[in-house]
Amino acid sequence: MRTCLVVDDSRVIRKVARRILEDIGYEIAEAADGVEALAWCRAAMPDAILLDWNMPVMTGIEFLRRLRAEPDGETPVVVFCTVENDLAHIREALDAGANEYIMKPFDGDIISAKFAEAGL
Amino acid sequence: MTAEEIAQIVSLCRVRAGLKVAPDKTYLMESRLGPVARREGYDSITDLIVAIRERREEPLIWATVEAMAGGETSFYRDREPFRQFREEIAPQLLRARGGAPIKVWSAACATGQEVYSLAIAAGELAEAEPQVRFEFAASDLSRIALDRAQSGLFNQFEVQRGLPIRQLARYFEKDGEQWRIAEEVRQRVRWRRINLVAGLRQIGRFDVVFCRYALSHMTDAAQRKVIEDLTFILPEDGVLVLGLKEQVAGLAEAFQPVVGRPGLYRPNPEFRAAAAA
Repeated sequence: MRTCLVVDDSRVIRKVARRILEDIGYEIAEAADGVEALAWCRAAMPDAILLDWNMPVMTGIEFLRRLRAEPDGETPVVVFCTVENDLAHIREALDAGANEYIMKPFDGDIISAKFAEAGL
Repeated sequence: MTAEEIAQIVSLCRVRAGLKVAPDKTYLMESRLGPVARREGYDSITDLIVAIRERREEPLIWATVEAMAGGETSFYRDREPFRQFREEIAPQLLRARGGAPIKVWSAACATGQEVYSLAIAAGELAEAEPQVRFEFAASDLSRIALDRAQSGLFNQFEVQRGLPIRQLARYFEKDGEQWRIAEEVRQRVRWRRINLVAGLRQIGRFDVVFCRYALSHMTDAAQRKVIEDLTFILPEDGVLVLGLKEQVAGLAEAFQPVVGRPGLYRPNPEFRAAAAA
């Protein structure tokens, strides 16, 4: 089964995302910030990561830069999922190695479409 | 809505635009016509229908019919036809036309996502080979849809349905809470209001016609008329692109399916010769 790590400091968002992603066939792991997410990735690299931007301890963008520098860190498809909805943030995410980008609020259709867009 | 009111709307849509409106979809009618009534200054759908019957004013009639015609659309809807346009249809035609522009028509463009998806693809082809030229036309029955399409403005939900984020970043600018498509893409498209059942043979030639998910909302008679007219618009090597599983009356005689490419058709030359005779 394909695995997806859901990284968001909101438990509610993680729960909503988990339900949507389980429906499209993912096994889900959860992390509440970038440091937790990095620990998950070092233990077992997921196939996909749904990634919030603004989080305590370590932000999504910082996590992504570190992830891409890890061994095998190029493997996961990373889809940002954030309230940041301006071009500067989108470009910064793409430059850091994000594959797709969801602007909140999202629903099941947007997640499925964006995961398909990212080649998942 | 009363049965009589429903019958009037159904008949009006059929006569004016060949639309097949299901009489049992009262909810759809009410949700589409409520806003028309309000916009035109009537207290209710009943008042709107009375006004249509008593005054027979064309703008009011069309506002009503057009509201019933509005369809679903999204960027790169179904994905595959756009890949085929970019990798197969366009390169073949470009070779065959030897430098003459490829003319593409989005025949029920709604709010424009389809034609903009094609115009972006064409722009990228032209970047690789600068001598490549395309002309895009887009039409719809609904003036409101056309105005929105032409504005090039889309909301956050619309730009997240089908559009890859790299294309959003490259071809759109933020405009308040909306996203505005780049002027270089918008300017590639010519817009026109066209009622597909009003006769298409004078409309000129097109090499590619995207006419997706519009005919299936029309009566069989309207489908046959549009399909027959389309054979006069497309050259023998032209391509008609319908929705993936669309069943259309008259299609099997007038067009030949492109093998292995669901939704793609080429005109049947024998049909055209017989129809012209």
